[in-house]
Amino acid sequence: MSWVGRSAARREDPRLLSGSGRYVDDIHLPGTLHAQFVRSTVAHGAVTGVDLSATLAVPGVVAAFTADDLELGDITAVLDRPPSEFVPTAMPVLARDRVRYVGEPIAIVLADNPYAVEDGVEAARVTYEADRPVVSAEQALAPGAPLLHAAAPANTLVDVSMFATEGIDAVFAGAHEVVRVRANTARQNALPLETRGAVTSWDPREEQLVVHTCTQVPHLVRTSLAECLGLDERTVRVIVPDMGGGFGLKCVVGREEIAAAAAALRLRRPVKWIEDRRDALTASFLAREQHYDVRAAFDRDGRILALDADIVCDMGAYSCYPFTAGIEPLMASAELPGVYRVPAYRVRARAVATNKAPSAPYRGVSRPQIVMVMERLMERAARELDLDPVEVRRRNLIVEFPYTGVNDVTYDPGSYLESLNWCERLLRDEGWYERREAAAAEGRYVGIGYSCFSERTGYGSTAFAKRKMAVVPGFDLAEARMDLSGTVTVTTGTMSHGQSHETTLAQIVADRLGLDIAQVKIHQGDTDRIPYGFGTFASRSATIGGSAVARAASALGARLLRLAAHLLDTTDDNVELHDGSVRRRDDHGRAVSYRELADVAYLKAHLLPKDAEPGLTASASFDVHGDGTFSNAAHGVVVELHPGTGQVEILRYVCVEDCGVAINPQVVEGQCRGGIAQGIAGALFEQVTYDAQGEPACASFIDYKMPTAHEIPDIEIHHLETPCAFTESGAKGAGEGGTIGAPAAVLNAVNNALLPTGVELDDTPIRPETVQRAIGACP
Amino acid sequence: MTEKLLISLTVNGRRHDDLVIESRYTLVDVLRHHVGLTGTHVGCEHGVCGACTVLLDGAPVRACLIFAAQAEGREIRTVESLSHGGELNDLQRAFSACHGLQCGFCTPGFLMLAEGFLAERPDATREEIREVVSSNLCRCTGYQSIVDAIEQCARGRREAQGEAR
Repeated sequence: MSWVGRSAARREDPRLLSGSGRYVDDIHLPGTLHAQFVRSTVAHGAVTGVDLSATLAVPGVVAAFTADDLELGDITAVLDRPPSEFVPTAMPVLARDRVRYVGEPIAIVLADNPYAVEDGVEAARVTYEADRPVVSAEQALAPGAPLLHAAAPANTLVDVSMFATEGIDAVFAGAHEVVRVRANTARQNALPLETRGAVTSWDPREEQLVVHTCTQVPHLVRTSLAECLGLDERTVRVIVPDMGGGFGLKCVVGREEIAAAAAALRLRRPVKWIEDRRDALTASFLAREQHYDVRAAFDRDGRILALDADIVCDMGAYSCYPFTAGIEPLMASAELPGVYRVPAYRVRARAVATNKAPSAPYRGVSRPQIVMVMERLMERAARELDLDPVEVRRRNLIVEFPYTGVNDVTYDPGSYLESLNWCERLLRDEGWYERREAAAAEGRYVGIGYSCFSERTGYGSTAFAKRKMAVVPGFDLAEARMDLSGTVTVTTGTMSHGQSHETTLAQIVADRLGLDIAQVKIHQGDTDRIPYGFGTFASRSATIGGSAVARAASALGARLLRLAAHLLDTTDDNVELHDGSVRRRDDHGRAVSYRELADVAYLKAHLLPKDAEPGLTASASFDVHGDGTFSNAAHGVVVELHPGTGQVEILRYVCVEDCGVAINPQVVEGQCRGGIAQGIAGALFEQVTYDAQGEPACASFIDYKMPTAHEIPDIEIHHLETPCAFTESGAKGAGEGGTIGAPAAVLNAVNNALLPTGVELDDTPIRPETVQRAIGACP
Repeated sequence: MTEKLLISLTVNGRRHDDLVIESRYTLVDVLRHHVGLTGTHVGCEHGVCGACTVLLDGAPVRACLIFAAQAEGREIRTVESLSHGGELNDLQRAFSACHGLQCGFCTPGFLMLAEGFLAERPDATREEIREVVSSNLCRCTGYQSIVDAIEQCARGRREAQGEAR
């Protein structure tokens, strides 16, 4: 029986359940200094003075450094685009003469213990000459707005018009129906429960700066660190321990981890920095604040004819490395048409700089918004044309594959129509349509909503090159090594932060080599153990990492076969791997175990065939040459709006998903449910707000409403399986879909419940007071 | 503020007599960095997320809201007390079977919350379990599998109790 497809128990669980996991704050090296940062208290202005004398007088404080004290290069993320489309902006590791958001690090303080360092930070005195802050995209684009970066006129970092179908205006002019959606989505925090952090030290024996840090992208951190500190890459080793979540926030390089490393290098003592929750909420990376103005033209039968979009993404103060401020607008531009056959498309998308903490990717990157916009357009067209909204979707879905869209993207086979039909059938069969009518008759507000979408996963270097990033992520590497015991260690360039890769990648390897997963150890997150890797983001690990791992395992298998054929006096094609040994195909009784083969490969090299190398290692790579693969799903939601509280209660949530071959169905469901919870959070609860001076208003979990088990319902999940043709396991990515589909389905359900009122809501989160106003429960 | 105290804590049945701390040190910091039990995690330091939940005289508490000095003379239990001889207990096994954890960072807090709650309410309904689970924050699972795990464990304990009778 194969391991792939089985809900194998997680290899990670025993240590994580017994308190034996090792997260970055669990690492304590002798002589460690604790670091925290003096941070800007103004949103925009010049730094006129930094006085650390009182800081240095605090008992326990050992040192404090400003940008002037440490020779640090800037973090600069670049797109290979002309200046009209992209303005590169340097993010200094520590602010020099200017600050651009509240919470921006200005100085690093180091002390003997984590309490003294807080005292030291508090004692610092910084003086500013404050400028007028820019706290919204609207303010940023207004004529005469103060500029955050002198090089970026109109505070615009990215301005791209990637598609403009000829004659599109005529299509709109002649269309039977044109609908419009203007939507705003709030700034959010990806909010891993483990905040960011690093433990850095100088290893004189290896002549290496060793950086333990919780990052999704260890090699990219090494590259950026080496650049900023002027070191050779060889002299930087990044090691990632257990990670308490990431969700995209940890797939960019943080200024603090570089400053901590610089301090360790300077002081030749270990330095630990653990971000506190207030900094994580206010001074870390944020995401998702976007503004859409989109029109769609339809014929009388509800078929979409054209799509015209203007998108503005509020990216905060700086470009993140390596993705740049283009991360959100480029994703939105490339993927907006989604699962629908859109014949004509025009889009302009901008990234604007504001005096707020900078943006990083967050699970789904722009797709929660573009799916929401497309699904609102479908609903609105259905309403205007007096058609069933699910039927309008059916008439527009891509049903023949491969399909090359107006966005120059080729979609591989999926089950768009089937998933939507199944989802609708589930809710119909359970009687929700009748229940909705009955509720309406009682004056209650019950609504049914859907979303139907696909999620591009497995972005290879070709797809990222289309975005024109200077750093082009794409391939990944894997190395498989068999030891004398006949067990296998596989090193991958991907980096699990909750997704169970130690289990799922082991399942792939176990199948390739005929082993139990207990005999396979997946090793990840160490830049010294594999030449390069792009880590884990964009649902790439099962597809790209998993394929590299599969190929490395197969290459190791090929070595085992060759060696066994030699020892069994036969040809390579007359032997096969079977249950921990290699046997002759023509005589199953003649076999040699992996242990015996390893014994020869390592300890009896004189018995090897003449052309064979000693040892049992193999490496492989995988990249996607093309547009990647598309997972898809449909979500169906029933909500009830409560007039008294304005609360949106989710009565039912169903999801039909297709991520190709599910390597571990239980893990896939875990990804779906967790993703949906984050999507619901975005639809109904979470919003990072700032006051007019750019002061962040969400500095604790009291101010930032992350939903609990009280708000997140049970979710029923069903699976379809359209295997991916070009990944080694047939898997497509499954990491982000839940988050992408949930906001649209919830928003549509709320609007469905609001039908009798004539009010339509397009902004998220949907606030209780908005609901109350919509149903006339309050003025 | 930085005056040192010598305190003694009883953690998982073992007495630690030689803890030199400042009065402002929180229980979670002392457990993690002085006692050396890093299974209890720090998620927010303001008593909302519950990642630092431990049992104090059997009741779940936020170890970030208590000073270590306040825990003198009380029985403290942390996640490290749940498994014995490398064997996970029934609650831990239920979390694994139900995929009640992903990154695992919040997990020790949920385990100790559930351990304390089930001791008090062995007959808890799913609704009551969900209500208690809403005390803590998890960013990975969407909570359903945590509720499943605690429910499964409670059911198993009730069945074992029934057999014993």
